Amino acid sequence: TLRLICTTTAAQRKNVGASGPEKYTEAFIKKQIEEFNLGKRHLANMMGEDPETFTQEDIDRAIAYLFPSGLFDKQARPMMKHPTEVFPEQRKVQWGEDGRPFHFLFYTGKQSYYSLMHETYEKLLNVQKHQDQMIAQDLPLQKEKRNLAGSRWLTKIELEEMLLEKVSDDDYSRFIQLLEKLVALPCADIEEKYIQKFSKEVPVQLQKVVIEPLQYDERGVAFSTGEGKRKTARATAVVYDNGTGKVTVNGIDVLHYFPVLQDREQLLFPFQFLGRIGKHDMVCTVSGGGRSAQAGAIRLASARALSSFVTEKEVEFMRQAGLLTVDPRVKERKKPGQEGPRRKFTWKKR
Amino acid sequence: QLDHGRALHTAARGGLSSVSPQDVPAERPRAAFHTSESDPAKHTEQHEARLYNIPLEEVKAVFPHGLPHRFQQQIQTFNEARVMVRKPALELLACLKGSNFAHPAVRYVIYGERGTGKTMTLCHVVHYCSRQGWLVLHVPDAHLWVKNCKELLQSSYNKDRLDQPLQASVWLKNFKTSNERFLQEIKTQKKYMWGKRESTEEGRPLGEVVEQGLARARSASDAVGVVLRELKQQSHRGSFRLLVAVDGVNALWGRTTLRKEDKSPVSLEELTLVHNLRKMVMNDWSGGAIVTTLSQTGSLFKPSSAYTPQELLGKEGFDALDPFVPIPVPNYSPREFESCYGYYLERKWLQHEKAHTEDGKAELQFLSGSNPRQLDRLAGPL
Repeated sequence: TLRLICTTTAAQRKNVGASGPEKYTEAFIKKQIEEFNLGKRHLANMMGEDPETFTQEDIDRAIAYLFPSGLFDKQARPMMKHPTEVFPEQRKVQWGEDGRPFHFLFYTGKQSYYSLMHETYEKLLNVQKHQDQMIAQDLPLQKEKRNLAGSRWLTKIELEEMLLEKVSDDDYSRFIQLLEKLVALPCADIEEKYIQKFSKEVPVQLQKVVIEPLQYDERGVAFSTGEGKRKTARATAVVYDNGTGKVTVNGIDVLHYFPVLQDREQLLFPFQFLGRIGKHDMVCTVSGGGRSAQAGAIRLASARALSSFVTEKEVEFMRQAGLLTVDPRVKERKKPGQEGPRRKFTWKKR
Repeated sequence: QLDHGRALHTAARGGLSSVSPQDVPAERPRAAFHTSESDPAKHTEQHEARLYNIPLEEVKAVFPHGLPHRFQQQIQTFNEARVMVRKPALELLACLKGSNFAHPAVRYVIYGERGTGKTMTLCHVVHYCSRQGWLVLHVPDAHLWVKNCKELLQSSYNKDRLDQPLQASVWLKNFKTSNERFLQEIKTQKKYMWGKRESTEEGRPLGEVVEQGLARARSASDAVGVVLRELKQQSHRGSFRLLVAVDGVNALWGRTTLRKEDKSPVSLEELTLVHNLRKMVMNDWSGGAIVTTLSQTGSLFKPSSAYTPQELLGKEGFDALDPFVPIPVPNYSPREFESCYGYYLERKWLQHEKAHTEDGKAELQFLSGSNPRQLDRLAGPL
């Protein structure tokens, strides 16, 4: 199966809260909160900080310092968080002592979903009434378009977390259709606050990429540096302008250092993508890793160096082509009881 | 005899010049990197970075064994032999034209990195010399004589030495093909005994010695030695010019992978062929020139990054060959690269669509690093 790297983590998380009836009592949660606060003060004392102004970030830093862990998965490492973040929200008991349920829609089975639908429809009717009023008064209808490009609706899992009960695909699609209908009406700005509860911003990736300015050396030739890594190899590349396409690696010509065509193709890729094959010279230093890893590291370093010679749009193209991302694949750890990271010992029947 | 040789060649050239007016209208569109000048004697800087054609009959006559394997395949594919005129070759030809043949023979060592065209330069010079009517002693690859030899016989001439009948007979056959007419003209100066019964009298043509060597595999190496000695002694008389062209000369001063029957390693002094060739490469004779090439690809026990004369020849070889004229052969210059690329395009060797574009050309230049061998290997699958 393919591992999706590009979807957000929201689509991959499972929702534990809506699975079943209460597993943690209220008293239990309260005790956990008290213990957490006490532990927070103890930790602040240990670290020598002020217990009153000890924030969650300080807690995280302290725990990472006291219990260093080399595990890759951040969620497998030791952590100390507020119990409301640790224990997922559970639905409280829905009925009173006499057995009579609190909510009027309890016997529908999906009480929070139907109440939500009722609320949204109420807002819709509200907007339509307002619209009729505006037409009656001959006032112009406002037509401000919401910024649809930067926002998205809640996913099904997020909706389930909000409502604390399971939502089926059908129900989810009906809810989204209702929301779209609400937004499509001209006077929907009145209910803007309500709609914002169900929409999320999609962050733009490019703001994370930092482009360095060009530097000029003694002769007046523009150059720029970049660093890259792949597996265990670390490389630094210096790309000079007004060149002939000569590439030197660790003081050795590229033909001698990389006799294999595949490695030289990797080096060629950033230049070929930007169409600047014969225009730049490159001098790189590389250490660690193997033949392929060093080639990949130099490729990343040269792409980063080239991004200062090039417009922002082309940098965005390079990022989408995958030239500027660090390859996260490293050698997987060998597990005990197996011969390698995945290979098991030969199975013998007897 | 020299005039006789020249008359033969003018006849051939006359034949060619009658062909060239027909070729000129077809050649005009591709005049940028081709040249119709088939005679290496007339090649100047003007012809640099251009390809010239060698007619196929000449190829068979002059180069029975000298061309690199890949170039031979290219000749078969394209049905013509096109050699690029490059600066090192032009330098060598200028030196040869201006050299004084009364002085001891000058030694030229062509060196360079792997795949830059040393053997092709040597072949260019050999072609020139054979056109000029010289006697060409072309050893295609001296490394073939020091490794992978199946049979080793004890020499009858000298008890310590070992013969290599197979390699010697192969070489004699090729030598006969390339220098037919000289073999009738040159006469032996001494009487040679081949074993108890056969002998060659004084004054017999050298062709008989060669026949003897070919007929009797046992005495092939001795025949080679006799031929070399005769040529050396007679070249200073001036009746003919002698060119000794050795490819992979660093094999003569390295080590061998051969072993005797008792598994003891063979040293180079014990091989007759090597011994005789070393004497040939010494510059104690006059009336010719010695052009040699260093080669790392076939060399034994040398690191792959070594390419200078010092590294490849070792101390012994360097002292033996000193003094010599070093001729470095670099990778393709941009002009040479363009003409080679243009030639491949014109012969439709590059079939990939992108290979026809400017980007494709830049890509090929980057990936091959302007190295002729890399370019050839890259262009193969395209």
